[in-house]
Amino acid sequence: MTPHMLTRSLDRGATIFLLVVAALGVLIPLSNLLLPQGSFLQVPTYLVALWGKYVCYAILALAIDLIWGYCGILSLGHGAFFALGGYAMGMYLMRQIGTRGVYGNPVLPDFMVFLNYSKLPWYWHGFDMFWFAALMVLFVPGLLAFCFGWLAFRSRVTGVYLSIITQAMTYALLLAFFRNDFGFGGNNGLTDFKDILGFNVQAEGTRAALFALSCLALILSFLICRSVVSSKLGKVLIAIRDAESRSRFLGYRVESYKLFVFTLSACMAGVAGALYVPQVGIINPSEFAPGNSIEAVIWVAVGGRGTLVGAALGAVVVNYAKTFFTSGVLAPYWLFMLGALFILVTLLLPKGIVGTFNAWRDQSKEKRNTVSAAAEDGVAAAKMAE
Amino acid sequence: MFNKSTHDIAASFSRRGVLAATAGLMLGLASISGAKAADDTIKVGVLHSLSGTMAISETTLKDTILFLIDEQNKKGGVLGKKLEAVVVDPASNWPLFAEKARELITKDKVSVVFGCWTSVSRKSVLPVFKELNNILFYPVQYEGEESERNVFYTGAAPNQQAIPAVDYLMKDEKVKRWVLAGTDYVYPRTTNKILEAYLKSKGVAQEDIMINYTPFGHSDWQTIVADIKKFGSAGKKTAVVSTINGDANVPFYKELGNQGIKAKDIPVVAFSVGEEELAGIDTKPLVGHLAAWNYFESIKNPANEKFIKDWQTYTKNPKRVTNDPMEAHVIGFNMWVKAVEKVKSTDPDKVIDALPGIEAPNLTGGVSKMLPNHHITKPVFIGEIKANGQFDVVWKTPSLVPGDAWSKELDGSKDLIGDWVGKKCGNFNTKTNKCLGSGS
Amino acid sequence: MPTRLSARLCSFVLSLFLIAFALPALAGPFEDAVAKFANDDYSDTEEAIGVVASSGNKLAFPIISALQDGRLMADPDSKKVYITGADGKSVDAATGEAVASVPDSASAVRLNNRLRRSVDAALGSLTLQSPDVTTRLQAAQSVFKSHEETALEAVDAALAKESNRSVKAALGEARAAILLFKSDATEVEKLEAVATLKARGDQEAMALLTGMGDQPATVTKAAASAISSIQSSLAVWSTVQNAWYGLSLGSVLLLAAIGLAITFGVMGVINMAHGEMVMLGAYTTFVVQEVIRTRYPALFDYSLLIAVPLAFLVAGAIGVLIERSIIRFLYGRPLETLLATWGLSLVLQQAVRTMFGPTNREVGNPSWMSGAFELGQITITYNRLWILVFTLAVFAILLAMLRYSAIGLEMRAVTQNRRMAASMGIATSRVDALTFGLGSGIAGIAGVALSQIDNVSPNLGQSYIIDSFMVVVFGGVGNLWGTLVGAFTLGIANKFLEPVAGAVLGKIAILVLIILFIQKRPRGLFALKGRAVEA
Repeated sequence: MTPHMLTRSLDRGATIFLLVVAALGVLIPLSNLLLPQGSFLQVPTYLVALWGKYVCYAILALAIDLIWGYCGILSLGHGAFFALGGYAMGMYLMRQIGTRGVYGNPVLPDFMVFLNYSKLPWYWHGFDMFWFAALMVLFVPGLLAFCFGWLAFRSRVTGVYLSIITQAMTYALLLAFFRNDFGFGGNNGLTDFKDILGFNVQAEGTRAALFALSCLALILSFLICRSVVSSKLGKVLIAIRDAESRSRFLGYRVESYKLFVFTLSACMAGVAGALYVPQVGIINPSEFAPGNSIEAVIWVAVGGRGTLVGAALGAVVVNYAKTFFTSGVLAPYWLFMLGALFILVTLLLPKGIVGTFNAWRDQSKEKRNTVSAAAEDGVAAAKMAE
Repeated sequence: MFNKSTHDIAASFSRRGVLAATAGLMLGLASISGAKAADDTIKVGVLHSLSGTMAISETTLKDTILFLIDEQNKKGGVLGKKLEAVVVDPASNWPLFAEKARELITKDKVSVVFGCWTSVSRKSVLPVFKELNNILFYPVQYEGEESERNVFYTGAAPNQQAIPAVDYLMKDEKVKRWVLAGTDYVYPRTTNKILEAYLKSKGVAQEDIMINYTPFGHSDWQTIVADIKKFGSAGKKTAVVSTINGDANVPFYKELGNQGIKAKDIPVVAFSVGEEELAGIDTKPLVGHLAAWNYFESIKNPANEKFIKDWQTYTKNPKRVTNDPMEAHVIGFNMWVKAVEKVKSTDPDKVIDALPGIEAPNLTGGVSKMLPNHHITKPVFIGEIKANGQFDVVWKTPSLVPGDAWSKELDGSKDLIGDWVGKKCGNFNTKTNKCLGSGS
Repeated sequence: MPTRLSARLCSFVLSLFLIAFALPALAGPFEDAVAKFANDDYSDTEEAIGVVASSGNKLAFPIISALQDGRLMADPDSKKVYITGADGKSVDAATGEAVASVPDSASAVRLNNRLRRSVDAALGSLTLQSPDVTTRLQAAQSVFKSHEETALEAVDAALAKESNRSVKAALGEARAAILLFKSDATEVEKLEAVATLKARGDQEAMALLTGMGDQPATVTKAAASAISSIQSSLAVWSTVQNAWYGLSLGSVLLLAAIGLAITFGVMGVINMAHGEMVMLGAYTTFVVQEVIRTRYPALFDYSLLIAVPLAFLVAGAIGVLIERSIIRFLYGRPLETLLATWGLSLVLQQAVRTMFGPTNREVGNPSWMSGAFELGQITITYNRLWILVFTLAVFAILLAMLRYSAIGLEMRAVTQNRRMAASMGIATSRVDALTFGLGSGIAGIAGVALSQIDNVSPNLGQSYIIDSFMVVVFGGVGNLWGTLVGAFTLGIANKFLEPVAGAVLGKIAILVLIILFIQKRPRGLFALKGRAVEA
């Protein structure tokens, strides 16, 4: 990525978005750590963890928007890549526990001790090293996406068929990871983490650092997505989205483009999952549940498909709504609210929050510049946040 | 798309916008955290799923705690303050459990939390309770192999449910051949492992034990029921020990009934089927199948009868059933109240130290005691399903059984004990005299 | 249980009293045994059953059958035992004299599984010569199961008089079972017994043969060969059984998927709320059964027949409502319908949870759907059989409707070419609403059938939605026959994989196979061809 490309791919909305994320990434940890507890502006630790989770979801939403919003691939199984990245990180964290597990076994994680494993399964080797785990966070989801995409795109599986088989994929993984024989802790998954790179995962400082890292990852993902979609490659992707056959007849190798962007998106989802696990403290097979993947798609739709800022914003808005509705007097009715939100957004705001805002703005300004149409995302983001 | 030259950015970039947005977000964040706890009440967190797959079991437990709080407040509350329930919905979503636990403790400043059903939800909130040093009462039978400082386990450990049930079948029904059928997750896995070791120690041969696991919510039981039938036709008395989880039980029992497997031929003893689960099945074909619990609604006892009556009045539903995890919450709640009154404080550290040794009457006529390993003593009952969806107690342990945090049947844990009074350690190895792991 | 314990103690003291002061002349062994029923102690009850059954007393049969039905009442205080009849009249069990009323302190004598077996065995030998053929057959079968030596005499006596063929065969088998375990039976008798059991050839026969313990060498050898022959015939039957299970699973999948084949397959609406329509059908069944239970208990066997049209109407009406209020704004945007219907499914689930509570509701099997029959060596349960029949009937009716009725024609026309259909004067939006209603209604009907084998809970729909999509996609979107073939293929494949790989791995294997299959045929088994494909 050359600096020129970087700047070219940025516009006002994106810049504001990035600056807001960066500001939050710096200010929230600082406020949490430096200000005295209980003071008005101090962000309590639980909110740091909570917002860290949102940021991870936002990265996942970006990954989905990249393929769905810009290439028309609707994956209903992206949660699988997220979870695989999470598992890779979880395995590293498990190995870091060492002798501090309840059985005190220096090598085997607790669940293996009571399931009578005599030695570490081969696929657990190497995860005691951070660099290896970090590599796997990218490699495992990437490899799965590559194989899956290679098969699917080459045989021209498209539309709902593709959506359904991605769902089959995540469902198969869900069942597989539920199995205790599979060696990933079954239903309980991986939990009770102690350290990450020598820092206590529960310490406030670690949490703050993880939050800042997540924000950084979000910024990087955003920049990557931006540079992809604003490059020539991105134009081909949009062409594929709008008219796949035509693009093919024009001589583009559609499947290669799709494969590239699908794999890239899976790697991003994997990173999101890896950042998510130490902040949430558990990774278990329910992350593979098809419902989770569908929900992630909904975040993108709510925020605005085809607008990167919208995707990230959608993830935060929907999850914030979920957090908000599931406590207090509203708790018994939160599914009504969430359900109604999905229905209303699709009916009334078909372009999502950001997309609708852009359209409204364009109209009011009567600025018929299609190039900058999607560029106003960030302002919407800022407005929404207010 | 999205092309813009550099000078455009500089021109259009609005510093004010960023500042305003950031400040807005920060204010938003701060205002969420600003909710202050009222000082004249003691807050009690209720962390049970009210939606999603586990709502089926957990909703009742939420109602139970609300009921207990209501009763306690009628008696004047605790330490002269009213209790106030803070109900959240973790929606059967395990990471959400952790998030909600954190919210209850930090934002709502609850003094104690009653919650969780599945092991994974407990595992998910564990680090939160340790980190923020609060108290969780966990009311469900589980696989054991755990003793944490911040958690009090009022449900049955395997030695308070599984082993007595197997003993009963061996002695009374002369069972020689065993099917251990369960849903594939940690509780059945561990329980079956413990049972397998136990059965072998009683001289049962490997070929007389069949272990079968099914996924969650399994609904097509034809093949497995046929397999059980086949396994049971080897000329030895056969029984099924079922650790099949909630939802899958209805189709399982329906298939059993329809394929004509009668309790007198192959009895099924279940550890996860109680009054609540039976409410969804026509129990006539199931008469005689067994369940092992520490409480049955049908147990005749003044305390139990009063509880059922009050409960049905409170829920305004004369048909509302009671079950074992509810009783566990009753015991746990009363223990907590006693401990708080003993130390005259709701400070978690003081209450945690006060709880071991506290006694509270259970609903079956005995007095349960909190042990140093944070498990409690409980009686074990074997009940037979009756045609009306209730259980008829056919056997009970002569006295209360203390819960073992660590199973004596498993190699990995036979030397371990949990002792938060003397050793201050949840996993103390008696052989090496060491507290394993971090001990925290 | 202190109350029960103290009651027991009381009764014990009382019985001591009775023994000491009552007139001993009146109390024979039979009367003593009957009094034991009042002790509320399982081993006493068991003893009493044995004595009463072999007493030859006329009251033996009424007592034991009353015990089986829970009509034997015992008063722990007075030690009196009563038989209450279905007509409300009661007699003293020890004397047979009619009594005006049973005291309130009396409660039904309790049984456990062990006692139930003794009761069956006792009843078996007592009813071997009953005038009723089915009773005799049952008696012979329960003697076969308990194969106690004491019953041999009764079996021989019954065998001499028996004229009914099947009862005779059953008696012969019962006799063989007894002889096999009788220690002083001759070798010839035992060899005959082995041959009889070999001819019976089922799992129970094999159970007896494998469990017979030490026998003379010739018998052991004969038994071994009998076992292996039974085993090989059972192996063949187990294939048939797997095929049947596969068909049955396939029918469930098909039933759940047919509605989706219409809303998704024909209309192209990715209806994530499809499962909830199934759930609504199941809850309709529950409501119908509740009304019947409280108001018209005699109609219970017809509850499903009443529920089917109602479920169709309820789910269909809600379907039309959904189409009119949500879906119709989203045509041409299939993926958006996914989101809206997902939201809708959340709302519907929570609505049902709020209205009916989160727990399972009881939906009973009507008598004609309960139980099973034996076909050769496999058991076919009535509920599964009826579901298969029902599914095929629904499928046939639907197919006929689309093929022959006017509205079916319009539906096909709109699906194939909306604009052309509109210009031919078809009210396309009305047809859309009706088609969606039809798909939803059929999902509702599916709920009626699924309530017979699965939980009726707010989560019911969720467990079928993914499978349904797999079936429709595997079969080929837009083709009902494809859905049929897809459902049965997946069902049978699953059931043949399950014994080999286990339930979980089997399901994973099926999913992977579907993924791979879609690579080979990207549009399912029966792909639509032509312009409709790209639309």
